[in-house]
Amino acid sequence: MPSKNITPQGHYVAPLEETPVAPIDKLDESQKARSTWADAWDAMRRRPSFWISSVLILLIIVVAVFPTLFTQVSPTACQLSQSNGGPVAGHPLGFTRQGCDVFSRVIHGTQASVTVGLMATLMVTLVGVIVGALAGFYGGILDTLVSRLGDIFFAIPTVLGAIVLMSVLPVRTPLTVAVVLAIFAWPQIARIMRGAVLSAKNSDYVMASTALGVSKFKILLRHVVPNAIAPVIVIATVSLGTFIVAEATLSFLGIGLPTNIMSWGNDIGQARTSIVTSPQVLLYPAAALSVTVLSFLMLGDVVRDALDPKARARR
Amino acid sequence: MSQPVTETVPSLDGGADQPLLQIRDLEVGFETQRGIVPAVRGVDLTLYAGQTLAIVGESGSGKTTTAQSIIDLLPGTGKVTGGQILFEGRDLTTLNAREIQAVRGNLIGYVPQDPMSNLNPVWSIGFQVEEAIKANNIAQGKDARLRTIQVLKEAGLSDAADRLKQYPHQFSGGMRQRVLIGIGLSSRPKLLIADEPTSALDVTVQRTILDHLATLTRDYGTSVLFITHDLGLAAERAEQLVVMYQGKVVESGPSQEILANPRHPYTQRLVAAAPSLASRRIQSVKHAEAKDAEIFSEGSLDDTLLERASKREHAAPADELISVKNVSKLYKIRKQGFRHDELLAVNDVSFGVHRGTTTAIVGESGSGKSTVAKLILQLESITSGEIKFDGQDVAGLRGAELLKFRRRVQPVFQDPYGSLDPQYSVGNTIAEPLLAHKVGTAKEREARVRELLDQVSLPSATRFRYPSELSGGQRQRIAIARALALKPDVLVLDEAVSALDVLVQGQILNLLTELQTELGLTYLFITHDLAVVRLVADNVCVMQKGKIVEAATTDEVFDNPRELYTQELLAAIPGGNFEFGR
Repeated sequence: MPSKNITPQGHYVAPLEETPVAPIDKLDESQKARSTWADAWDAMRRRPSFWISSVLILLIIVVAVFPTLFTQVSPTACQLSQSNGGPVAGHPLGFTRQGCDVFSRVIHGTQASVTVGLMATLMVTLVGVIVGALAGFYGGILDTLVSRLGDIFFAIPTVLGAIVLMSVLPVRTPLTVAVVLAIFAWPQIARIMRGAVLSAKNSDYVMASTALGVSKFKILLRHVVPNAIAPVIVIATVSLGTFIVAEATLSFLGIGLPTNIMSWGNDIGQARTSIVTSPQVLLYPAAALSVTVLSFLMLGDVVRDALDPKARARR
Repeated sequence: MSQPVTETVPSLDGGADQPLLQIRDLEVGFETQRGIVPAVRGVDLTLYAGQTLAIVGESGSGKTTTAQSIIDLLPGTGKVTGGQILFEGRDLTTLNAREIQAVRGNLIGYVPQDPMSNLNPVWSIGFQVEEAIKANNIAQGKDARLRTIQVLKEAGLSDAADRLKQYPHQFSGGMRQRVLIGIGLSSRPKLLIADEPTSALDVTVQRTILDHLATLTRDYGTSVLFITHDLGLAAERAEQLVVMYQGKVVESGPSQEILANPRHPYTQRLVAAAPSLASRRIQSVKHAEAKDAEIFSEGSLDDTLLERASKREHAAPADELISVKNVSKLYKIRKQGFRHDELLAVNDVSFGVHRGTTTAIVGESGSGKSTVAKLILQLESITSGEIKFDGQDVAGLRGAELLKFRRRVQPVFQDPYGSLDPQYSVGNTIAEPLLAHKVGTAKEREARVRELLDQVSLPSATRFRYPSELSGGQRQRIAIARALALKPDVLVLDEAVSALDVLVQGQILNLLTELQTELGLTYLFITHDLAVVRLVADNVCVMQKGKIVEAATTDEVFDNPRELYTQELLAAIPGGNFEFGR
């Protein structure tokens, strides 16, 4: 017990008009309702890098779908007489060693590169999310099996594995390249999804739903996956860029897309021979590749910041 | 109503009368994208040498921010935007980083809130105490080691020398807090700031720690600045109180006087809502026979809980709705390799819950009380024994039977931040049980959601909002509304009000009692807080180490505790000896 001596501070009471007492725990109805995704959108909208990367990605997609909007020159109409020639009217970026128009080849090469990137990302995300979610949620022997299988694939470097597999494949199309990349890349997404599901499934709202009588599978679909998907979206956005690089790497090595399919990787590979005499032939497809990858990395960065719960709390 | 009373300004003529710490018109703000948000608005505070002063307030009142600004520990973007902090006549707000460092630790010690996260898990205890001793230049080299042992001994660790090499995880929460207090007092500071030093600890541990802290600071003549949300604790431990509300001081003065005669409406509210041993059960139970006889008028929160307690009435117990017989739960804890340890979380527990009544299960952390709740909810399977609900054994329930059981027994969990899915709007959250049990059409479900929101006193527009926009109390209301959606017979409330501020807690307890009268609900109330038990429970089971040590009616347990453990628990309730508001 404190001593009962009289303290020198005196008894002070704040004037009521300066410190009005609000109703206890009243709902503030002035604010607009906000979901996680609406919040994330708001946060992204304020970032210049979101707009820069989105505009670039949109442009890249339009180029990939309608290359003829940007150039009328055929990328395959090559004249050896123009070999490694500099820019002339109608051919702003000059000619390759084969005498093909560089600008036209960069534009037409977009399609294959972006297709491989998108398809691989889609496949990896789909497989990774399903496998990771099931393994994390149900656990037990399924989890052990899937995790060890993932470890085996994880131990093989994606590009190395792809080189081996591509070199034995009879047909090489954008689809096969995407499938091969996906085979070696899914464990990353699966691991992230599994971890996120593990933490989400132990949350109180999952226990509450169980006690309400919601079935296990419905809990997985309705509560666990939506709360675990954010990191996957971030990684998927970033890995889209890396898949485009991987395709370029394979094509550069001559085991990606066949030479009759135009892609940046192929063009970079072919320009290698004339890098000293006419570096611009290599520079332009390489620049296109860099800009594309950078756009996706930038977008991934913005998305990560927007979905980061810690960053959310600070806003 | 109270009239503004001018403070008797203490003389500043120096000498013995000069205050140790004087805060004048302190303003602290946090920089955000939308400009500076004020957290502390014009706080005045005076503390004399040897005094103990407590700042009391709810979360967000600015009490911790005030304390942190004294030793320049404001987090992130916080900064002092105005006013003075005079410590022995020197303004601490004008000091640079190096100068404040000399004050911090040396002249002003600090004991943080959470002993679990405030010791670095990768360094041994001895290293961390020694580090503080060296940093404050109390001793160096070999002397520092000897001083470390001495500090730990003073902090109440008897075998200090042997414990130097141990790591934080080998210490219990109470022991860690002792270490932190030892560090805080190691340099014999003139002022010790203790920010909620025991709110993470069990009541009995809290009591011994606070007793020890009081002894030490009295021996050293250290002034103490207590930060707490608990009015009872503040009144018991400090002679001077400062009540903060929304960043401002609403009332300050001698604690006895404030408790006896609170003048500001906010303080009056706090005093009225403080649960203590003097309180009684809030409202009557609706008994089986007299269904429509008397429904008690709902009282406003500004009444003392005591007044409403007087409306209480005794009733003959109704039939037993839940009966727990010789239930045990054994957990196997995996260790390295194939070995495992066995933990008997619940040991041969038996009790019954009568329809329409509230049974509280009380115990400290690790007593097995939450496990009992999970067993009754069928979220864990029982190892042996039998739980019957309405005459039916619940262990064997499968499929449709289990679903029917789930409809009738609903849980409300402790953490209002974790028990609602952040991705779900409030409306969808409340409608989820209806959807899962395929009740009604979409339109009927929406009507039911509105009705439920009304029952928990929230506007029906709340259904469009998301949990992140709501306060803890509001979320807990949503959780209660969800639990009520299927018109259950039983609510299992697992520490349902423990995380809330005292006023909000009082509000939720009132709501629960009103709902019980209105809907004839049966509550199983799991809590560590005996003071709350007195307000809501008809029967109490006290648990310790997996066993029920005492089970009786609430009045019997409180007026006449038979077991030593129950007596200890009761004695440890802070402010238990005070009569609030009268």
